[in-house]
Amino acid sequence: MSSFWSIWITVLTLGTLVGCYLLLNYCLKNFAGVEEGEPTGHVFDGIEELNNPLPKWWSTFFLLTIIWGFGYLLLYPGLGNFQGLLGWKSSNQGILNLSESKASIANAKAAGLLVQYDREVIAATEKYGPIFDAYAERKIIDLATANDDEATSARKVGQRLYLQNCSQCHGSDARGATGFPNLADKDWLYGGSPEMIKATLIHGRKANGMIAWSAALGGEQGVKEVTAYVLSLSGREVDTKAAEAGKVKFAMCAACHGSEGKGSDAMGIALGAPNLTDNIWLYGGSPRAVEMSIANGRAGVMPAWDKILGEQKIHVISAYIYSLSQE
Amino acid sequence: MKNKHEKFEKNVGLFAIFTLLAISIGGLVEVTPLFFQKATTTPVDNLRPYTALEMEGRDIYIREGCNVCHSQMIRPFRAETERYGHYSVAGEGVWEHPFLWGSKRTGPDLARVGGRYSDDWHLAHLLDPRSVVPESNMPSFKWLAETKLDGELTEKKLSTFNFLTRNRSHKDEQGNAIPLYSETELANAKNAVAGKTEMTALIAYLQSLGHALK
Repeated sequence: MSSFWSIWITVLTLGTLVGCYLLLNYCLKNFAGVEEGEPTGHVFDGIEELNNPLPKWWSTFFLLTIIWGFGYLLLYPGLGNFQGLLGWKSSNQGILNLSESKASIANAKAAGLLVQYDREVIAATEKYGPIFDAYAERKIIDLATANDDEATSARKVGQRLYLQNCSQCHGSDARGATGFPNLADKDWLYGGSPEMIKATLIHGRKANGMIAWSAALGGEQGVKEVTAYVLSLSGREVDTKAAEAGKVKFAMCAACHGSEGKGSDAMGIALGAPNLTDNIWLYGGSPRAVEMSIANGRAGVMPAWDKILGEQKIHVISAYIYSLSQE
Repeated sequence: MKNKHEKFEKNVGLFAIFTLLAISIGGLVEVTPLFFQKATTTPVDNLRPYTALEMEGRDIYIREGCNVCHSQMIRPFRAETERYGHYSVAGEGVWEHPFLWGSKRTGPDLARVGGRYSDDWHLAHLLDPRSVVPESNMPSFKWLAETKLDGELTEKKLSTFNFLTRNRSHKDEQGNAIPLYSETELANAKNAVAGKTEMTALIAYLQSLGHALK
């Protein structure tokens, strides 16, 4: 802050406090020319006004708040550039990017400033850091399946973090919703191993492959035929003639879904092409819904969580999610 | 001693002047200096202007009163930053006219909601919030998917923001202010939004929130 504004704030603040004191002092004097407690001669509807002074308790408290105000301004930042004797700050507001934000924590510490937010974070890191460090040292599969206290509590922590960050899409029971995969079954789009789950959480996923196939399949008729074939893969009753025609066209789909339609996960690649034979339908399994998926394409997106949650928390969430499909 | 206070009490004009003076002190001390502080007039490094579509989405956000139930202000408490991300800083809001910090959280804070959920999720959630969050009490905004933008006023809005932020935009190497929107961007503004639904615009806006500090 420039010294002009610093002085501006200081003078106005202190001036107001002094002004309040002078006003209080002035109002405690008797100007009426009438003795205290005597009638002033004003009468309204038979009610007489006496010349009573300001109540003592009230004026004393007023005076105390003024004294408190000076004390506060001495200890806390309130007077322009003066930081206060305690060196207290709520947060590091002047930062222009995240690295400055990080640096300001160290700078404030070196300058002996008491940044409330930083202290809160440091205290929490000291308290919870070792717990998460211990979780991080164990493998996800171990945390997910072991029955000792540490693993059990890790899964509880994982569940809390899941409910806070993941349940909005995947549901609080992790059973998903239309367009958002069920995490509690054994059907995986990008692999269900602990490492793959963690990779999915850290980097996110973007399904680019399922473009709109309507034109490539020869319009509505082609889409209907492929739909019939796809539905037949999971044993649904379909028009066999259409399904046969669809089987030929399915060659285009086989690149990602595999020639048997078992999906990219069965081929061991993380393309996100679902298994079409297990009767699990991310976007709905009615003929109409499957037609829509084929004709218009689907592009599911899993956001990347590494910057939001950090690796240690993701490690614990991965253990929780992995444990769901092991029951 | 004579009671000089009588002068104020018996002269309405004089009393009004001194009242104004007394009640303006708070603003003069707490608000006026902020207009001239670096921290409140310098944009954070990664702040980028809203695209034409996001700007239209922002107006939908205002029109539908989203800011009545959702704040965009993460306070510097660990309990908040754990949930929402880095606390909000002044430099993120220097181009906001009006600011949408809000003051009530019936729903969660949205200051850094951008990128947290997929576009598909936002669509499903705005059409029918309970389809993805059963315990939600947010109303449905399904008509947004049916109403289309014509983009007639988009260019005007963007150039208004050029004017409002003229002293607070990023600077180039020579220290000259770079306007938020170039001539080309202004000329393309209408085409960038015309025909798109209000839903698309609102989702684009939501996905942009908090980009500058994450």
